[in-house]
Amino acid sequence: MTKTKTADTPAETPHQSVSGNAAQNRPAQTDSATDGRLRIRHLLGLEGVCREDIERILTTAESFKEVLDRPIKKVPPLRGQTVVNLFYEPSTRTRISFELAEKRLSADVVNFTASTSSVTKGESLRDTVKNILAMRTDVIVIRHPSPGAPHFLTRATDAIVLNAGDGSHEHPTQGLLDIYTIWERWRDLRGKRVLIVGDVAHSRVARSNIWGLLTMGAEVAICGPATLIPRSFSDYGVEVYTDIDKALDRGVDAINVLRIQRERQGSAFLPSLREYSRLFGIDSERARRLRPGALVMHPGPMNRGVEITSEVADGANSVILDQVTNGLAVRMAALYLLCGGQATPGREGE
Amino acid sequence: MKKEQPTAAIRAIVGGRVIDPATGYDGVADILITNGQVERIGRGIASGIPDDAVIHAEGMIVAPGFIDLHTHLREPGREDEETVETGSAAGVSGGFTTLCCMPNTEPAIADQETVRFVVDRAQSAPGKVHPIGSITRDRKGESLAEIADMVAAGAVAFSDDGAPVANAGLLRRAMEYAQMFDVTLVSHCETPDLSRDGVMHEGSVSTKLGLRGIPAISEEICVARDIALARMTGCRLHIAHLSTAGSVELVRAAKAVGVRVTAEVTPHHLMLTDDLVARDFDPLLKVNPPLRTKEDVAALREGLLDGTIDCIATDHAPHAEQEKDGEFDLAPFGMIGLETALGVCQRALIDNGLADWPFLIDCLTRRAARVFGLNAGRIEPGAPADIVCFDPQAQWEVTLSSLKSKSKNSPYVGWTLTGVVRATIVDGQLVYRNLLNAESAPATARARATTSKTAGSPARR
Repeated sequence: MTKTKTADTPAETPHQSVSGNAAQNRPAQTDSATDGRLRIRHLLGLEGVCREDIERILTTAESFKEVLDRPIKKVPPLRGQTVVNLFYEPSTRTRISFELAEKRLSADVVNFTASTSSVTKGESLRDTVKNILAMRTDVIVIRHPSPGAPHFLTRATDAIVLNAGDGSHEHPTQGLLDIYTIWERWRDLRGKRVLIVGDVAHSRVARSNIWGLLTMGAEVAICGPATLIPRSFSDYGVEVYTDIDKALDRGVDAINVLRIQRERQGSAFLPSLREYSRLFGIDSERARRLRPGALVMHPGPMNRGVEITSEVADGANSVILDQVTNGLAVRMAALYLLCGGQATPGREGE
Repeated sequence: MKKEQPTAAIRAIVGGRVIDPATGYDGVADILITNGQVERIGRGIASGIPDDAVIHAEGMIVAPGFIDLHTHLREPGREDEETVETGSAAGVSGGFTTLCCMPNTEPAIADQETVRFVVDRAQSAPGKVHPIGSITRDRKGESLAEIADMVAAGAVAFSDDGAPVANAGLLRRAMEYAQMFDVTLVSHCETPDLSRDGVMHEGSVSTKLGLRGIPAISEEICVARDIALARMTGCRLHIAHLSTAGSVELVRAAKAVGVRVTAEVTPHHLMLTDDLVARDFDPLLKVNPPLRTKEDVAALREGLLDGTIDCIATDHAPHAEQEKDGEFDLAPFGMIGLETALGVCQRALIDNGLADWPFLIDCLTRRAARVFGLNAGRIEPGAPADIVCFDPQAQWEVTLSSLKSKSKNSPYVGWTLTGVVRATIVDGQLVYRNLLNAESAPATARARATTSKTAGSPARR
C-alpha cells in the first residue's frame, strides 16, 4: 500500500486546495518578474507583497501624479471595466479617493454602502457578494470592519479585490501612499527610520505601513501607550517604544502620527486624551527633534491638539496634504496594475 | 450509498489485532459476542458461526468503542445543525460508540425533563448517548441547577460548557453540592474579563492579523481557580479542552498534590496552531479555546503522554454552513471532530513515533470512561460489546460527503487521513460498516433494536 508520509510538525498545513488561499501572495504568472506586471492578483494587504511589486506601484503612481496635473485628468485604461466600491463602514476620504481614481481611469463605478447593522439583520456578506457577482463585476474595492473580509471575497468571487481597510488588519493603499510620500522625497528607503505613534493595536494603517516599510528596507519603530502597542510586533523586527522621547532620540526621518479614537478615552486603554496628549502628542518641541528634512505625516482625519498640534500639522515639515494627493495617484496605480496594466502607463494612456 | 442498512447482530470478530488497554490485552484474537455482551476472547474460537454474523478483521485493529466526553449534539434547539441521531451516526462512523453531550442546547439540558428528553432521543440513535447536565439553572450562571434530579434521570456529569461558571462563589457551592453524589463537574476554563470579544489566540499572529486576542492567561487563571476550589471542596473536577502549556503545568502540579482533577485535550489542539488562521482567515479554524502555538501543542502532547491529561475528547461542535462561511470575527466558535478524531490523533501521536496504538486507544476508551465512571471502554467477558474495527493503514480523503455529521464545519476537508473505521458495533449490533468486501460504500445503520439497548447496562458503573 502506498503511504503518503505526512509531516509531524504541529503547525502542519492542511492539504487544502481552496482557491484563494493566500491568494494575493500567489504569483499571477511565474515568469512575470520583468514584464512590468504585478505578481499579486489582489491587493489584500502589504504583508507578503514583494519589493518589486511595491516599486512598480510607486513608479506607476508617479506617472499618474503627472496625469493629475494635466488639464484633462482622465486616461482610458479601465474603460469598460466595472468597479464596485463596497463600503461596510463609514468613510469619506478613502471612498472619494477610490472613486476619483476609478473615474480618472475611465472605469464604470458603482458605490454600494451597506451598514453593518443590516448584516446583523440577516444580510450576509456572502449574499451581498453573490448579488454583486451576478452583476458581472470586474473589480471590488471593499472596506469592512472584519479582518479578512477581503480575503473572503477572493474565495467567493473571481473579481479582483482591493482592500480599502478591513478592521484592524490592513489598509494597503493607505500604506502605499504613506510609503510613496516618503519615497518621493528620498527615492530609497533603506536605512531611513520611520516612527509610527499612537494606537497601533487598532490601526490597519500602522500594519500596512509596517509591512511595506520593512519590505522597502526602512527601519520601523512604533510608540504609544503600552495598552495600545502590542509587544509582539517586536517578533517582526519592529522597535517598540512606550516613551516618545526615547523613540525620538534614536533619530527619525519620518513620523506618522495616528489618529487617536476619542472613544478610547475613559476605556481600559486610556484614562484621558489629556494624558495621552501630554505623553505622546507631537508638538513643536518634539517635532524639532526629528532629523533635518524629516516628514510629518498623518492619515487623517486629525484631532488637532490631541495627537498633533496645529503648529506641527501645518508646519514646514508637514506633508499631510501631499498624502491626500498621493493617495489618488497610488490608488490609480494599484487599480491600473491589478487590472493587467504594465508599469510606465503614461505613454500608453496617450 | 445505502442508508437503510438493517442492523445485524454480530456474534464474532475474527482475526484482528485486539487491543484493550483496560485488560492489557494486545494480540491477534477472535472475540465471541452473545446477547450484546462479550463472551470470550481467544484464538480459533469462532468456528461454526454463520458468516453473516462474523466480521473478518484480519489486518485491522479491534478495540473498545471510543468514548467522547465532549460532544455538542444541538438537540433540542438547533436540529438544523445536528441531532442526537445524526451526531451519534457521525460518532459511530468515527469509531465512537459512546458520546456525552454538552448541555448548551436551546433550552439547555438543565433539568430532569430535558435530560429525559435526550436519553429518550438516544434510544433511536445508533450509538450510546449520555447527557451532561448544566451546573447552573438554565445555564445562566446565577443559581444551582437541580443536580440530584438530573443524576436520577441519567446525567453523567455537569457542566456549563461554552462558558465558565464565572461566579467563583457559585462554583464553590456547586462543587460542594455535586460531591454529595460523587459526580464530576466539567469546567470550561476561561476568564471572561480577559477573553471577551477575543476571536483567536493572542500572540504575534493575532497582532499581525488585527484580530482580537484570547490570551492564554484567560484559561490559566480559571484552571488555577477551579483547581483551588476542587481542592477545597473535594469535588471531582474535569477540565475540558485544555489548550495551553501553562494549563498543563497547573494540572500536573494539582495532580501531584492529590487534587481530584482530570483533564482532556481535543484532537485539534494536538494538531493545529494559530498561524493557520493567517493563511486565509478561515472561520473553520475558529474554536474556543482557540488554536494556540507550536509550544502549546508540544506541551499538550507531552501532558497527554505523561498522564497529566487523562483523555482525548472531540468538542465536536456543529455549525450551520452559513454561520461559518463569512467573516472570521462574526463566525461562531467550534468545529466538528467525531469523524476525523482517529485520523488526526494518529497523525499527531503515532505517525511521528510519540505514542503507540495501545496508548492512543487508552486515551479514547478506558481513560475517558474512568473520568465519568462510565460502564464502557473495555473488552472482557460480560462487558457490553461496544467495539470498533479499523484499518490503521488505509487512507481516506476527508470530503464534505464523507462527513456524516449534519454540519460540515471541518477544517480537515481536503486532508488525507490515515486510519479507516471498517466496522462499529454497539451492544453486539453492527451499526456502521465500511468494509472493503462489502458491496457498497459506507452504510450507517439507522438504529439498533431497542431491546438490546434497553436491556443494556446502566450508564454509570
